[in-house]
Amino acid sequence: MSDSHATATGAEAAVHHQHPPYQRHHFETYAQQNDATNFAMWLFLLTEVMFFGGLFTAYMLYRNWYYPAFVAGSHQLSIPLGFGNTLLLILSSFTMAMGVWSAEMKKKGLLVFFLICTFILGSGFLGIKSIEYKEKIEKHHVPGFHYSLQSFLNPDSDEAAKAAGDKPMAPDMARHTEVYFSLYFAMTGMHALHMIIGIGILGFMIFRAQAGAYTTGHVTFVENFGLYWHFVDIVWIFLFPLLYLISRH
Amino acid sequence: MSDHGEIEQHEREHHIVSPWIYLAILCALLVGTAATVWASYVDMGEWHIAPGLVIFWNPILALAIACTKATLVVLFFMHVKYATKLTKLTVGAGFFTFLVLVGMTFADYISRAWGRW
Repeated sequence: MSDSHATATGAEAAVHHQHPPYQRHHFETYAQQNDATNFAMWLFLLTEVMFFGGLFTAYMLYRNWYYPAFVAGSHQLSIPLGFGNTLLLILSSFTMAMGVWSAEMKKKGLLVFFLICTFILGSGFLGIKSIEYKEKIEKHHVPGFHYSLQSFLNPDSDEAAKAAGDKPMAPDMARHTEVYFSLYFAMTGMHALHMIIGIGILGFMIFRAQAGAYTTGHVTFVENFGLYWHFVDIVWIFLFPLLYLISRH
Repeated sequence: MSDHGEIEQHEREHHIVSPWIYLAILCALLVGTAATVWASYVDMGEWHIAPGLVIFWNPILALAIACTKATLVVLFFMHVKYATKLTKLTVGAGFFTFLVLVGMTFADYISRAWGRW
């Protein structure tokens, strides 16, 4: 077929305008366009799987080498805060899924409501995360020049270590708690960065949704953002047991 | 040609997942989270396969629960259960490749003669 505007007879123009305005011309149907975009989103997410996968592999190797240091480091994390954050994220995934459903059902009010819920739950997660980071900074558990081994050499001086019943560690093993915290900050930090980006996009989406942008039948953007958000949730589903729950028995 | 087009059309029909399914998955994820915290306080013991090769059951169970939760999220929240075959294949192949990479890394790691040279 030749260029559409060159031979725009009445009949062809009618065929041409059968599809909704948001459908790109090179797709046969909107469904095809949507599938193609979903497919692309998944390719991106799989690169993310490999990216986080590298961190998880590093975690597993070091955990195998310096297990006692990882146990002691893990005892420094608060299970209630980690558990609460897991609940917030899972709930936010649910509200995001409901947001996608609202967009599909063309319910604008509900979509805005669920996007705002997701925004608030995600922000709550980051708030709790910042409380945890603050505590780590105060206790000098951030790897670097000011890193302190005190909680591990003298666990009785540290509330969390004492509560977990930690025994004083040999200095050469205690030193390796820094490896644990390096991985802790690298993994939760990368995860938090993904959350911050996601919340930024959510803010943008809330305004666009209010303007009615996603309730026209064109749900691709909301759907693909949902994929991203659920992926970030999945990363946390693995981070929580691996970082917080090592040898609590 | 038109038959073919109709079949394709039918295959690609946009599937809207019911909120009740989302709610059921949410409950399953919450139960899984509670289970993983509970399980971490129980000593599941260990399995001595060979000298120097020990499997601890606690992290295995924690990972099993996490994998189950992740699978639920991927299948239902991320709509892979209702997606095209292309997407299903891509997701499956992606995770499989990831497992191969991790598997090969660990196969290398555990098969070295650590401390024997």
